[in-house]
Amino acid sequence: MKADPAGVLTGAHYLDGDFACGEGAMAAGCRFTAGYPITPSTEVVERISRRFPMMGGTFIQMEDELASMAAIVGGSWTGSKCLTVTSGPGFSLMMENIGLAVMMEVPCVVVNVQRGGPSTGLPTMTGQADMMQARWGSHGDYELIAMSPQSPQEAFDLMIDAFNLSEQYRVPVLFMMDECVGHMTEKVVIPPADEIEIVVRKFTKDPPGKFLPYRVNGTYVPDFARAGDGYRFHTTGLTHDERGYPEMSAACQEVCVRRLIEKITKNADKIVRFDEENTDGADVVVVCYGITARVARMGIDMARKKGVKVGVIRLIVVWPFPEKHIRELAKKIKAFVVPEINYGQMVLEVERCSAGNAAAVCVPHGGGSVHDPKDICDAIVGAAK
Amino acid sequence: MSRTEIRITGYGGQGVVLSGYIIGRACAIDAGKHATMIQSFGPEARGSACSATLSVSDTEVLYPYIGRPDIFVVMSSEGYNTFRDELKDKGTLVYETDLVKPNLKKGQPSFGVPSTRIAEELGRPIVQNIVMLGFFAAVSKIVSQDEMREAVKESVPPGTEDLNLKAFDAGWAHYEETYGDNKGKKAAVAADSSA
Repeated sequence: MKADPAGVLTGAHYLDGDFACGEGAMAAGCRFTAGYPITPSTEVVERISRRFPMMGGTFIQMEDELASMAAIVGGSWTGSKCLTVTSGPGFSLMMENIGLAVMMEVPCVVVNVQRGGPSTGLPTMTGQADMMQARWGSHGDYELIAMSPQSPQEAFDLMIDAFNLSEQYRVPVLFMMDECVGHMTEKVVIPPADEIEIVVRKFTKDPPGKFLPYRVNGTYVPDFARAGDGYRFHTTGLTHDERGYPEMSAACQEVCVRRLIEKITKNADKIVRFDEENTDGADVVVVCYGITARVARMGIDMARKKGVKVGVIRLIVVWPFPEKHIRELAKKIKAFVVPEINYGQMVLEVERCSAGNAAAVCVPHGGGSVHDPKDICDAIVGAAK
Repeated sequence: MSRTEIRITGYGGQGVVLSGYIIGRACAIDAGKHATMIQSFGPEARGSACSATLSVSDTEVLYPYIGRPDIFVVMSSEGYNTFRDELKDKGTLVYETDLVKPNLKKGQPSFGVPSTRIAEELGRPIVQNIVMLGFFAAVSKIVSQDEMREAVKESVPPGTEDLNLKAFDAGWAHYEETYGDNKGKKAAVAADSSA
């Protein structure tokens, strides 16, 4: 279906990444947001709270991030598209209920505008050090989806995809911005509502009494029943059967958790998304994401001028990771170079998928700024030797 | 590829970020260039150091931060002291004459405007930043006068367009009167002689 025009601010704007992210959420049909303000993410909810009344949306400023995440899990059970927004310290507090959303299979989107950490770290300055937390921050085995935009325009565009994926797979989507993109103001073009494709979760057609909330009929994603539509069912964070009732057994755990994982892994080819340039015949391939992808392009140009054959893979969907692609590429190149604003996180995944076939070179940056393109160039030149 | 880097600085509450926003908007939306603005501010809402930077380019801006700016617009002495040495040797200095007493350098084009006083004369000191913007636009010609006026109109609160355009025009006029082709010849030459 097409986007609701009420939420779409069609036109050319000059917006920062946070505002663009908020506009993307509203264009995607988000009508419930709960959050607790934290730099550098607050502008997202400032934008939303100002504009929501015009489209019948509800914003609640919660008492903390635990409550914010809990509120959107509950909000989503009413069938509403739900968002919360935070940065590192708040992201840590949201982890438990992100796990609950995974287990209950509740669509929702969580924005993390990353700043320097650990702890309260560098509130107003950039970082990309929550990438592994996005994948592993909540306890237990699970899979989810995470994305990383490189510009305000992409913050808008990908936000729509984030909501669509969340609805389609009934899974939390983590929107891993960085402060640099969040606080950077650039041109953002918002298309007309009838050019924005919107996915809505599949609501059950079974009548109340016949409906089983976790029956999948051979697919991976169960149909959804809205709270308030007359369906009486149980949902829980405990291991559950297809009725949603707790069942404490190894057999039920195997069925329940395996499906949660395979829902993503078996659909990974459809979810994985990256830009690829000049990897054919390359000796070195740079793997990057977010603001670092832009800075890396300067380092790549510098290395090309020195005669290195270098390609680039820019991760757009970060989790699930493009495992197969990196595995294949590793057999054809000398090395991957992975610049990121942390001391080496996604590089571990590149290294794992390379399986010893290609080197994986980390270009770390502690946060507070972006890389010097020369450092990326030097790493590429060094890796090509 | 031509890239122009600009830093605007002052204290919080002066409208530093809005000035940067309007310049960026004029470049990116009205003039079809690429313009990336980055803002930084102190923890306090008003009175602390506040700064915005812009990278304006014919091609996509890959590196978002500035190195040594080509143009330095300064509206507070604290901002001047913090960033004065960052300006390129031949970079352009644009300053508020009553708030900043710059140590003018030889060969550095320097342009001053009493934007606070002009804004007070217009009856609303709050438009000081837009007076400065009009003056900056005239000095830099980074986009046309019409394009910058359009961006002012689109960026200020509804109902304040006329006041803000008046402020913009007053800033532009101050440049014409003081440094324009027909008037002064006081521009870089004046700066040199007082160095």
